Amino acid sequence: GKSKAFKAAALIQRWYRRYMARLEMRRRCTWSIFQSIEYAGQQDQVKLHDFFSYLVDHFTPRNHNERDFLNRMFTEERFAQDSEMEKSSDFESIEVPDSYTGPRLSFPLLPDQATALVEAFRLKQQLHARYVLNLLYETRKHLAQLPNINRVSTCYSEEITVCGDLHGQLDDLIFIFYKNGLPSPERAYVFNGDFVDRGKESVEILMVLFAFMLVYPKEFHLNRGNHEDHMVNLRYGFTKEVLHKYKTHGKKILRTLQDVFCWLPLATLVDEKVLVLHGGISDRTDLEFLAKLDRHKIVSTLRCKMRKESTKQEEEKKTANQPSSAQEPTPWFLPQSRSLPSTPFHLRPDKAHRAGRSCSIPCPGALDRQELSRHARRSVDLELERCRQQAGFPGIKESEEPSPLASGPDPESGELLEPTQEEWRQVVDILWSDPMAQEGCKANTVRGGGCYFGPDVTEQLLERYSLQLLIRSHECKPEGYEFCHNRKVLTIFSASNYYEVGSNRGAYVKLGPSLTPHIVQYQANKGTHLLTMRQRISRVEESALRALRKKLFAHSSDLLDEFKKHDADKTGIISLSDWAAAVESVLHLGLPWRMLRPQLVNSSTDNMLEYKTWLESLAKEQLSRENIQSSLLEKLYRNRSNLETIFRIIDSDHSGFISLDEFRQTWKLFSSHMNIDISDNCICDLARSIDFNKDGQIDINEFLEAFRLVEQSCSEGRDSACPQSTDTSDGGPSSPDPH
Amino acid sequence: AIVADFHKKIKDAFEVFDHESNNTVDVREIGTIIRSLGCCPTEGELHDLIAEVEEEEPTGFIRYEKFLPVMTKVLLERKYRPIPEDVLLRAFEVLDTAKHGFLTKEELIKYMTEEGEPFSQEEMEEMLSAAIDPESNSINYKEYITMMVIDEN
Repeated sequence: GKSKAFKAAALIQRWYRRYMARLEMRRRCTWSIFQSIEYAGQQDQVKLHDFFSYLVDHFTPRNHNERDFLNRMFTEERFAQDSEMEKSSDFESIEVPDSYTGPRLSFPLLPDQATALVEAFRLKQQLHARYVLNLLYETRKHLAQLPNINRVSTCYSEEITVCGDLHGQLDDLIFIFYKNGLPSPERAYVFNGDFVDRGKESVEILMVLFAFMLVYPKEFHLNRGNHEDHMVNLRYGFTKEVLHKYKTHGKKILRTLQDVFCWLPLATLVDEKVLVLHGGISDRTDLEFLAKLDRHKIVSTLRCKMRKESTKQEEEKKTANQPSSAQEPTPWFLPQSRSLPSTPFHLRPDKAHRAGRSCSIPCPGALDRQELSRHARRSVDLELERCRQQAGFPGIKESEEPSPLASGPDPESGELLEPTQEEWRQVVDILWSDPMAQEGCKANTVRGGGCYFGPDVTEQLLERYSLQLLIRSHECKPEGYEFCHNRKVLTIFSASNYYEVGSNRGAYVKLGPSLTPHIVQYQANKGTHLLTMRQRISRVEESALRALRKKLFAHSSDLLDEFKKHDADKTGIISLSDWAAAVESVLHLGLPWRMLRPQLVNSSTDNMLEYKTWLESLAKEQLSRENIQSSLLEKLYRNRSNLETIFRIIDSDHSGFISLDEFRQTWKLFSSHMNIDISDNCICDLARSIDFNKDGQIDINEFLEAFRLVEQSCSEGRDSACPQSTDTSDGGPSSPDPH
Repeated sequence: AIVADFHKKIKDAFEVFDHESNNTVDVREIGTIIRSLGCCPTEGELHDLIAEVEEEEPTGFIRYEKFLPVMTKVLLERKYRPIPEDVLLRAFEVLDTAKHGFLTKEELIKYMTEEGEPFSQEEMEEMLSAAIDPESNSINYKEYITMMVIDEN
């Protein structure tokens, strides 16, 4: 028989392995929470912009009131038409005071100055607006000369380092330069998009990246990411950061940035063998087409005015080909979406994500296309009529059906500056797509844009263009990198601790002449490496659970309704199993609720739960000392990001003010489609209470400040270790705004 | 009703690792799934379970359809019960031949990597990082167990 020691050891090992397994499960669940909240936020974003885009394209103003209103809301400020004169005078007239102690730039830029910038930012200095604008001006000039697909060779600089998403986390960039070395003719770099948003130092990152690009144009390369997009920036914090740091010139900087972003190259090709781009590919990705299109026409991948006369041709082309990837989405908010086969954008995220092979994009050929478009037009009109009424515009009788496709190109509207549908789609695909393990290619419903592409799609592309590896970013990975598709696709993500301190490592990849990828990982943070895995997981988990509880609270009313459905006898009690089912059907996050249950629901007796008490405990955690009705607060919380985005869209000139009336009108339009039931009075009262000087104007920042105050006072009295929220709309996982 | 409950629990745990949403998980994750459902099998027992749920010709993936009935049976029969605290304590005491109340780092490493179902280097390092008191270079196993048990709950 086995010795006693043997048996004892075996028992300890057995126990320990179980303990570690449970830890691993917690870690996975935590990750799911963060990811699903992040992607749900992105989806929301897409929905919001789809809504506005649709209005822009189909809402024909009937009178000057409507026209003015729309113009205020939707002015896209394009500066491609502006004269060079206007551009240069943008910054030359800005005076830099003698008291300014930050870095001063002179052009053409020298390597020393770029290095000095890094050092200055490390010391928390801020670059003066004049130099920012000057740098952006030079950057744009340089970028405009670059091809859509940069070609790089390892025979000049022996090694090329590719970095992924940084998302405003300057610490990570500084760490990379420290560990890997500063850019130089011998040390080439490719930064693969998503430099901004979420982290608090997006401006500084851009300055450094642009500076090095100007100094080492042959060795330093940038690809555009889906966050290099002013529409996305409205929601994810970059716009906020700029306006906060540059109170006088922020608007100008933002406008200039729009132009810089759309001139960023779309991809980089290393030695004709390794393709580096931000998101991914689709089964329609055509590198030759991508190389030839006018990339600067695509100002935002979220909103796109397209050339109308080509649309019809594109439609015909579409039905001829296999419909598989990112099609122009059917507006999700139209009644028709419910009666017709569900569009990709109407599926619940968890269902779509998990539906696997059974989820297919409706083939337009399956239904009579004429009937479809006629039906669509009728619904559109009805909906627009409702829009008008909601917004307080007088109802107009329509004599004929306006056709969305009929209006010819307006030669005055800068038609030449609009991309075609195919151009737009190709770019969206490479900036938004994610790889999946299954074969095939289907719409990326979780993000709301681009595709999921399978190993066969990768294989096809690599073969077609004689490539050996696809390097992309776009997705956070626990180890900072991940291979998939038979090691033909490498995801590289360089923002460590992205979701929370300790949540993940960052990584970069080095390629030598052999093009064998060599990965370097890191975690730019003080002290987490001293914690045991157990402690690290606990911290991150706590943060994820806080975010999740906040989301649960935000849906309290819906949850209550759903719980009641499971409680026919009105006992006030439901089973935990029912709880899990109810929560999923309300939140649509696709999370393993039964695994999470112990952390979300306090000790329940014999698998049953008093749901009202539980909802109350959630509320107690979230409510502030302010005397705001809980249901209003709940709804506002849920729509906080959307509210802020709406504000920023209305305030198109970034003045920081919008009128009560504008706010009210826009809110009505928006809330009716999102089925949000807050009475007009409530919103007005809230807005009015913010309008301190009673002049009919709302100071955006004050309004948002009110939310921050509420949020802060909620978390006061809790662990002060991590007072920031992990809501995707915030500036990101770092210390709270010192407002 | 109990079976239905088990089914839902098993499904939830399974789905955490079903990355492609095609009702399969990597065989290397099965241990984690089974353990997180409350079971505490030995490595040997785990291998037997895997053999039961694997395909005729192992693909490296386990299908949900095969996993569910096997796992349900395990839960119904309450197999592989977790180890009570006092039993665990006694196991440590057996290894603590000198009855010191603690094990030195070297002793722990020796037992965990040479006896029973030996730890991998990774497993050993991870355990050491949390268990060993760096000042004394030993593990006070009673305190260790208490800490771990609290953390679990």
